[in-house]
Amino acid sequence: MSRVWIFGQDINTDQIIPGRFAPIMLKNEDDLRKYPFVEHRPEFAGSVQPGDIIVAGNNFGCGSSREYAPLALKMVGVGAIIAPLFARIFFRNALNLGIPCFTAELTTQLHDGQEVELVLEDGVIITESGEKIALPPPPVFLREVWAAGGIVPFYRQHGRFPGEAPR
Amino acid sequence: MAQTLSEQILSRAAGRTVSAGEVASVAVDLVMMHDSLSPSIIKIMEQELGAERVWDPERVAVVIDHVAPAATVQTAEKQNEVRRWVQRQGIRHFYDVGRGISHPVLVEEGVAQPGMVIVGSDSHSTAYGCVGAFGSGMGSTDIALAAATGRTWFRIPETVLVRATGRFRPGVSAKDLALHAARELRADGATYAAVEWHGVEFLTVMERMTLATFSIEVGAKAGLVPPVGIPQQVPDWLKVQEGASYIRIIEVNLDTLEPQVSAPSVVDNVFDLSALGRVPVDVVYLGTCTNGHYEDLAAAARILDGKHVAPGVRLMVVPASRDALLRATEDGTLAKLIAAGAALGTPGCGACIGRHMGVLGPNETCLFTGNRNFRGRMGSPDANIYLASAEVAAATALTGFITHPQDVL
Repeated sequence: MSRVWIFGQDINTDQIIPGRFAPIMLKNEDDLRKYPFVEHRPEFAGSVQPGDIIVAGNNFGCGSSREYAPLALKMVGVGAIIAPLFARIFFRNALNLGIPCFTAELTTQLHDGQEVELVLEDGVIITESGEKIALPPPPVFLREVWAAGGIVPFYRQHGRFPGEAPR
Repeated sequence: MAQTLSEQILSRAAGRTVSAGEVASVAVDLVMMHDSLSPSIIKIMEQELGAERVWDPERVAVVIDHVAPAATVQTAEKQNEVRRWVQRQGIRHFYDVGRGISHPVLVEEGVAQPGMVIVGSDSHSTAYGCVGAFGSGMGSTDIALAAATGRTWFRIPETVLVRATGRFRPGVSAKDLALHAARELRADGATYAAVEWHGVEFLTVMERMTLATFSIEVGAKAGLVPPVGIPQQVPDWLKVQEGASYIRIIEVNLDTLEPQVSAPSVVDNVFDLSALGRVPVDVVYLGTCTNGHYEDLAAAARILDGKHVAPGVRLMVVPASRDALLRATEDGTLAKLIAAGAALGTPGCGACIGRHMGVLGPNETCLFTGNRNFRGRMGSPDANIYLASAEVAAATALTGFITHPQDVL
């Protein structure tokens, strides 16, 4: 089971990880896992469990290109992020790290603290009452990158970039 | 078929005609890496990609700007790692502490040119649109792949057009146009799109950089000003084409544009300055790739000449580049700012990212010429950041509250 964490709209990368907690500023880079939402929602880092889902409003991840923002979320095991629109650099970084991101507006359909089952292969969330919420599949060219686990495994496997014809 | 500037540039880089909506891989002309993310980029290259060398050392630029000079023993160590890597790679385009922020530096050095595809490890890499290059910000993994292979992939963007007519009134400048665009488009208005800024050929290259850097704040992949009326050489295939299609057009009449201010804590929270009411400030911060250029220093100096900042107000001046600083020393601009009470910082990103050189404490209010006012951006999450132009910054420093430049000129 995954716990749902609801966030608002325009969540920016400074809220996800403030600049002064960038890995180069930390004594131990692994400490990055302590700091997701450290100011915006201080209880998150200590309570989030692997597989938990972030459900947010519009324009999630806007701001900086800092990959350590989605990286911190990956380190604490966030299982998926769902928002009606993602800022493009964040979306690309999350894709590269293999974090599933789905484009959907679920902030009113689900509630904070709700326990759900996320079935990634089927692209479905199942609530405790048995309600099934279908998650829109990503564009075809991205699915291959997710399937490979991120852009580096994809590139190493295929020797090309998304959108390029196979050689 | 008529193409937008982005379609023209990306078609050339893809080696075939591409249109908005398609996904294509493209050759990259320049990869920019800065001190803050180079350690992670190098690690990904070496450990995940097995790439001991960049694909072309002539096409990689490395700039120490994010924590310049180093603020802690740790950042000093990390920067030295980067310096050693640069040496091993034989990278000539290396700019160390004091040269300034990557984006103006690479334009000043002639490394960023019209028509190029430039990817940078900084979201404000849209800046290179000031010379008509397709500049886009990416994270460490994408930059590592670009540095190793010389290629990346893009979904070819649609274009949002901001079309200006008229001329700025006294005290009004490019920053006000940028803020106005953010007000109209909102923070997500150009997500996945490129922005083109037309009707601003009278602006200098660095004034165009104000617009180009701000393009990311409306979510854009790139932000281009047509390369007309600039000293750089422009390839003849690169020009605005009649009939190119834009997904949205914002018309702005500069003749009636008023000074704009973005209030805490999102960039698109923009108001006419005259509608703000009395906002006292503790700090005025003049700098960044958006408004730390010579033109901004000079505009501030004209307002502060012979006067002094208000009691209780700190004025930080952090030039965007050494070139800007040198020009300001040569014509008395810098002297006027210092005599007025400015505290001078090393050219670089300064406190824009809250790591050093004027970090804000709790309950401080800052009038900032930068591009983001998110909570905690410049230090304490309990500080308040307002964004505005250099002219408004200077007027505000004089009075101690957010002030229309015309009220002090």
